[in-house]
Amino acid sequence: MTTTTLLRFATAGSVDDGKSTLVGRLLHDSKSVLTDQLEAVRRVSADRGQEAPDLALLTDGLRAEREQGITIDVAYRYFATARRRFILADTPGHVQYTRNMVTGASTADLAVVLVDARNGVIEQTRRHAAVAALLRVPHVVLAVNKMDLVDYRETVFAKIAEEFTAYASELGILDVTAIPISALAGDNVVEPSAHMDWYGGPTVLEHLETVPVTDEFTAAHARFPVQYVIRPRSAAHPDYRGYAGQIASGVLRVGEAVTVLPSGRTSTIEGIDALGESVDTAWAPQSVTVRLKDDIDISRGDLIAPTALAPTTTQDVVATVCHVADRPLTVGQRVLLKHTTRTVKAIVKEIPSRLTLDDLSQHPAPGRLVANDIGRVVVRTAEPLALDAYAASRRTGSFLLIDPADGTTLTAGMAGDAFTEHEWTA
Amino acid sequence: MESEAVHIFREVAGEFEKPVILFSGGKDSIVMLHLALKAFAPAPVPFTLLHVDTGHNFPEVLAYRDRAVARHGLRLHVASVQEYIDAGKLRERPDGVRNPLQTVPLTEAIQQLKFDAVFGGGRRDEEKARAKERVFSLRDEFSQWDPRRQRPELWQLYNGRHAPGEHVRVFPLSNWTELDVWQYIAREDIELPQIYFAHEREVFQRNGMWLTAGEWGGPKDTEPVHKRLVRYRTVGDMSCTGAVDSDATTLDTVIAEIAVSRLTERGATRADDKLSEAAMEDRKREGYF
Repeated sequence: MTTTTLLRFATAGSVDDGKSTLVGRLLHDSKSVLTDQLEAVRRVSADRGQEAPDLALLTDGLRAEREQGITIDVAYRYFATARRRFILADTPGHVQYTRNMVTGASTADLAVVLVDARNGVIEQTRRHAAVAALLRVPHVVLAVNKMDLVDYRETVFAKIAEEFTAYASELGILDVTAIPISALAGDNVVEPSAHMDWYGGPTVLEHLETVPVTDEFTAAHARFPVQYVIRPRSAAHPDYRGYAGQIASGVLRVGEAVTVLPSGRTSTIEGIDALGESVDTAWAPQSVTVRLKDDIDISRGDLIAPTALAPTTTQDVVATVCHVADRPLTVGQRVLLKHTTRTVKAIVKEIPSRLTLDDLSQHPAPGRLVANDIGRVVVRTAEPLALDAYAASRRTGSFLLIDPADGTTLTAGMAGDAFTEHEWTA
Repeated sequence: MESEAVHIFREVAGEFEKPVILFSGGKDSIVMLHLALKAFAPAPVPFTLLHVDTGHNFPEVLAYRDRAVARHGLRLHVASVQEYIDAGKLRERPDGVRNPLQTVPLTEAIQQLKFDAVFGGGRRDEEKARAKERVFSLRDEFSQWDPRRQRPELWQLYNGRHAPGEHVRVFPLSNWTELDVWQYIAREDIELPQIYFAHEREVFQRNGMWLTAGEWGGPKDTEPVHKRLVRYRTVGDMSCTGAVDSDATTLDTVIAEIAVSRLTERGATRADDKLSEAAMEDRKREGYF
């Protein structure tokens, strides 16, 4: 809406690492908390006999969360500074909620991984880093929290930062920024710390405001999944036939030769209507309506791509998945696969391996995946899909597996290889 | 964000049999309708509208509602709280607040008219229980929301699968803030009911809010009436929607006012959210938006 850029980011941390406090501190110190919200927090904190307002109460929105003092579910927060707008996916760090971090990370440009300075890099930290790498989150911030409890010592921070950065680069994460903070005391969250002269880097907020948002969507090949066919058949528009959709990646141009998949029919883009305005070019993630020169049979679920750069179609999908449902995914199971705007019948052919996120070791042929498991699957689909590798496009390389019986979302899938290739030469 | 909202409208049009837009004549639902018009142009919006009429609506807003319906050639269903009270199916609350009474007429209208997708203008920035809400939110046959059993929402892949009798609540403005809504209204030059702009109005004070006198039980003898320059930040039932002091008569001055406001929209003007710490969560569980 405004000219400032938008950064979508996710937070991750173990229970009691102080994640809710960090988020509360970010919102509070960036003056994104309004008076009535703060009043409510003060009132509840005082009712519980706490001296200072408990900033975690700003984010734990559900009864069960407040009762147990933990974050159960992903919550979305909105705040803005003069430089940028932010959408924060606040994800729980509890082991059993790995799927929630996957959810938050799926749309994030940046992930903040929180570590308790007293404990250093633990299993859960490695798990969070691996999820960020798996979901191809472009930037990772390591926030070493509770520095006040280790006397703000540089050596403590340096050791943790070094260990984490080495592990992250093994995973293929390109950009890691480590920041020593105290969420409780407010050191280096929004305001620079007076206790850590040895640290010369940005505060968490400064980094969030300045990290470049790479436009991954426009850099990739053009992909246009057809959502809906617009045919008014009215007196004013007797012959209008437009294909409505959101450009998943790349740029579309009037006059371009395109192929429609999976049918393989070809045509030329005659016009692009960008929500009421006729344009010559449009790019991801714009929602537009495309008109083609030839009257060919196109419906929801088809993919329009430049003929020169069209993806190949396949009925055998090899992917890394995160299982998000409570009931398991098993070999031989019949499922629905939702990829962009297309939902097709599918069967789970193989589960070649399950991944242990802690040490990235693989367990061959587990037979099934249970909630929060990450593994490799091979899925055979009833119809061909125009699928890209997830590494090439987060939008056209991702899919869901759905239970056909009751519609439950079972599994989040990422086509192609996960991490860097050498990790997966099983 | 406009593209994201349009994407959501088109997903619903592509995947559901009988969607409906909840339309109250308030700014969020007006923006929703505007986005729906753009999403399907030059074809008409392929959805009907549903208004839950509490019986205590601002007349300016009802007039706006009817004008909008006529102008765009749409079909409007009305679920009336007053009819439920008259038929003895709902009881007036002692405090006269009718907002919580909307849930039954709303959910019964959804079941009777067999809507399978119901668009709401809810935004996650409004309230912390709403911050946990999905863009596609499955409701069971009793229209209940269970925050512990929500589907994870990954990438832009919305799962709209549901069994007969269940429905999906859809929130295309999930990621918008109050300021985004106003800036979009200004950018698109969207007409609003006049009560959103500063005007002189006879009001009285109750629970720290300026309320408009009406047939719903106000003012009491102890509540003197003042003539003040006010405007509304939200438009809901008159019994629980308060006005704020303001001299903002144009979109630009309204935006400037909101940008510096230290109060949330709901905190400033909605009595029903103050009933308890989890008031919104509890009402949502029952089927409220």
